[in-house]
Amino acid sequence: MAKTLAEKVWGAHVVRKGDGEGANAQPDLLFIDLHLVHEVTSPQAFEGLRLAGRPLRRPDLTIATEDHNTPTLDIDKPIADLTSRTQIQTLRNNCQEFGVRLHSLGDAEQGIVHVVGPQLGLTQPGMTVVCGDSHTSTHGAFGALAMGIGTSEVEHVMATQTLSLKPFKTMAINVEGTLRPGVSAKDIILAVIAKIGTGGGQGYVLEYRGSAIRALSMEARMTICNMSIEAGARAGLVAPDQTTYDYMFGRPHAPQGGAEWDAAVEYWNTLRSDDDATFDVAVDLDADTLEPFVTWGTNPGQGVSLSAKVPSPGDFGDENAKAAAERALQYMGLEAGTPMKDIRVDTVFLGSCTNSRMEDLRAAADIIRGRTKDPNIRMLVVPGSARVRLEAEAEGLDKVFKDFGAEWRFAGCSMCLGMNPDQLEPGERCASTSNRNFEGRQGKGGRTHLVSPVVAAATAVRGTLSSPSDLDPAPGSAAVRSDAA
Amino acid sequence: MEKFTTHTGIGVPLRQSNVDTDQIIPAVYLKRITRTGFEDALFAAWRKDPAFILNQEPFNAGSVLVAGPDFGTGSSREHAVWALKDYGFKTVLSSRFADIFRGNSGKQGLLAAELAQDDIELIWKELENAPGTAVTVDLVSKTVQCGNIVAPFEIDDYTRWRLLEGLDDIGLTLKHEEDITAFEATRPAFMPKTLPAKLS
Repeated sequence: MAKTLAEKVWGAHVVRKGDGEGANAQPDLLFIDLHLVHEVTSPQAFEGLRLAGRPLRRPDLTIATEDHNTPTLDIDKPIADLTSRTQIQTLRNNCQEFGVRLHSLGDAEQGIVHVVGPQLGLTQPGMTVVCGDSHTSTHGAFGALAMGIGTSEVEHVMATQTLSLKPFKTMAINVEGTLRPGVSAKDIILAVIAKIGTGGGQGYVLEYRGSAIRALSMEARMTICNMSIEAGARAGLVAPDQTTYDYMFGRPHAPQGGAEWDAAVEYWNTLRSDDDATFDVAVDLDADTLEPFVTWGTNPGQGVSLSAKVPSPGDFGDENAKAAAERALQYMGLEAGTPMKDIRVDTVFLGSCTNSRMEDLRAAADIIRGRTKDPNIRMLVVPGSARVRLEAEAEGLDKVFKDFGAEWRFAGCSMCLGMNPDQLEPGERCASTSNRNFEGRQGKGGRTHLVSPVVAAATAVRGTLSSPSDLDPAPGSAAVRSDAA
Repeated sequence: MEKFTTHTGIGVPLRQSNVDTDQIIPAVYLKRITRTGFEDALFAAWRKDPAFILNQEPFNAGSVLVAGPDFGTGSSREHAVWALKDYGFKTVLSSRFADIFRGNSGKQGLLAAELAQDDIELIWKELENAPGTAVTVDLVSKTVQCGNIVAPFEIDDYTRWRLLEGLDDIGLTLKHEEDITAFEATRPAFMPKTLPAKLS
């Protein structure tokens, strides 16, 4: 029978088929190939193992890093916040006790868990990947089935290296055409979420397909898969291709050359939806006409084209959506009908598991090089991992950001979530390359507009939400990077 | 896990859609390393507003939360379920739950009951007209009763069975340990291992 990619990966991991059929079917027991761990959602799971006297079944399929609580300044000093410090120390103790490889603050491989896995070559096509973090969907960019789980499931994976999972439905997201300059992967996914809504993906695994997706780099595909959860999806993935293999090749934990690599590629080549496979739902998006996208409200589905205006609650037919829009406008301090580009921001945040990789930093640096920052803007640039930071410094990107007047920080989740010192003040407005514009997400009372890295950079220049096409030519702009992706 | 068969308690109408887990429990409360003691963290930002429903009697003593669609979206934090339970909620009613939240609830004995939005609206009106009205959520018959309203709800059979029996998931899975071991023996050699670490 013809199968979709997600069904193939699922089928290859069934340890035990659930008893029963149809509505009464019990869930299948699936093997988990990689378990990523961080300090926030693991302490109670390790404690559960300890109380039950259970070992960690596969330390060799488990890896941990510190990211959510970690400061991005003064990392050579003890963490000032005592509860954060305790949580990090608890992870260190647990990893030592259970034999888990840990990349601590200061280590060259430390960073956001979803940046670290792919970077080390641990995320590979056809795998099942889980983490106690909803943005685990990021790893789907490799054609892996990657899911965020809660702490009870973290403990379950630790004890059994499996998960009981209920069957999913499949949704094809077809993106055909060619993106215009200044439009990027972030705009694709924000447009998808605005189209299907924050609950539109519920119960589904999304497969991103079409010529516009095939043309994207691995890092851009990660940006898209990362935000699958923002549409409510169980997971999101992209079939692997030569772009995937080129990214994998030579990474520390990728199959090494010769027979091992060939065997892997032979398998990976089977990882695509069959031509006659059927999806439960299909959604089409036109890449040719897509514009830079930005959110105006307090959930990621409340987005519009950057050239549009703040919508009015009356624009929404559904009563719940109308009420949500009213509340969102009030929280965001916005008036319906205001052009998005008239909105002045206080802070620009370039970072998070959505947009903190080399290409994101390069794209933003290309916009600001030779330009001047709006004097009222505070800009934070936070590489996704210590290695991204090192690579960026080797390319001189740190200097570009610093010359522009941005703060160049150490790696971590930073201002994506209000859990470490990088937070917004009440009422402070931020153009952010992160993934959630929920009330208070970036700090109590903070106001978030989700944007792409180039929109973030252009906004830092002009002080108002801006697209790169709104900028005057930079002095010496002929000196555009010759090797830009 | 404690068994859940039926529960009766004060219903709390939360007329809001897209209640994400950052609202249920802000990230600042996730630094704790315990599994209990999160009652103060539940809806922490909203509870600063005196007009918020949980700041009003008799709703502050509620145990049945009746919420708008897309409840529990966003972050996978199970702390959201712990906070609801620690405050005293036994069950949440909504017309649509985020998948991860629904899964986490099932693991922790918090019943996430899916009702038609029309029935949610009726229950909201009833609870607002007569604050303090008890809501009965019966997992055996899969029905909710509030005043004269009787409405069916959906829950998958597997989760229902585990809740009714109060079963421990890990214990259930470890009964099939031989299957896991057999599967492990078939994994291709090119699949990555985290140990030993390899040089970048």
